[in-house]
Amino acid sequence: MKNQFIAGLKAGLSIAIGYFPIALTFGLLAKTTGLSLMEATAMSIFVYAGAAQYISLNLISFGVDPVTIVINTFIVNIRHFLMTASLNEKMHRAPKWVKAIYSFGITDESFSVLATGKEEKIPTAYAFGVTIIAYGSWVIFTAAGHVVGANLPEFLQVAMSIALYAMFIGLLVPAMKGNRKVVMLAALAAVIHCIIYIGELLSTGWAILVSTLGSAILIEIIYARRSKNATVMFKEKEES
Amino acid sequence: MGPTYWWMLFGMALVTYIPRMVPLTFLDGKELPPIVSGVLSNIPYAVLGALIFPAIIFVQEGNILFGIIGVATAFLIAILGGGVMPVVLGTIGVLAIYSFFM
Repeated sequence: MKNQFIAGLKAGLSIAIGYFPIALTFGLLAKTTGLSLMEATAMSIFVYAGAAQYISLNLISFGVDPVTIVINTFIVNIRHFLMTASLNEKMHRAPKWVKAIYSFGITDESFSVLATGKEEKIPTAYAFGVTIIAYGSWVIFTAAGHVVGANLPEFLQVAMSIALYAMFIGLLVPAMKGNRKVVMLAALAAVIHCIIYIGELLSTGWAILVSTLGSAILIEIIYARRSKNATVMFKEKEES
Repeated sequence: MGPTYWWMLFGMALVTYIPRMVPLTFLDGKELPPIVSGVLSNIPYAVLGALIFPAIIFVQEGNILFGIIGVATAFLIAILGGGVMPVVLGTIGVLAIYSFFM
């Protein structure tokens, strides 16, 4: 169990490093938005959701009322329903309260690291390892960003804004290799999201939810039909 | 910011935690129909596609080239077999050089 925990810490290290620039930038932006060190760090401690936190800063700076900000946060995070329902299929069984604890650490990134792993079933200790190191990085570097972020050279601050997305690509590409279904899932979701974006049909939170679910369902139907056809063809061959 | 901020934080924490916690704890041990679990196992890859595009292209407002260089670099390093860390740090490196000279 201890080994699984350490293996989890190692797998989570890439997230922790990926969070470094993102959290640092968040801390910096929080400061320019007018949050104190304690307020900014507390948001990372208690909310712990990168995209939602960035959006909330934006809304705070526009003077949007707190209730709207909370509703917005919920909409942005609805996608986690899908992720944790999906992850549940892969996790080792554990007491409810244990799962309730590590579920706090499920983010886009920790979910991706856990769900795209090679293992058939994920041990609970491994999940704790992945989530704890990522969470620690997020909280510590939020505070660091608030304190020293503004001293970083401008070109580096700009470059670091790519970190989150580069990380997603780093997680996706290895799974795409030799797996056509994965390529189609990601590509279709991306296309749907782009269409929604260009048509200004939905807000970002809903758009991610709809494009993810749309792609996952459509591709599943295509593959289910295809494997059915394959068995039919196979049977016809046998009969003739 | 005052006490309003802390109430808002409490609300944000709650609505972020619920979607994470509820499926993991309450679906535990329940057998789902094969088509549902098939769709759920597709989610990780679909969500990555939706998270990356189109947001990465517009990561620097008004500078699409920045996003395109970012996409190209990250995909290149990843296809060449770099892990998550080389992809993240390499892409930041390339864009840092780009931003420095622009």
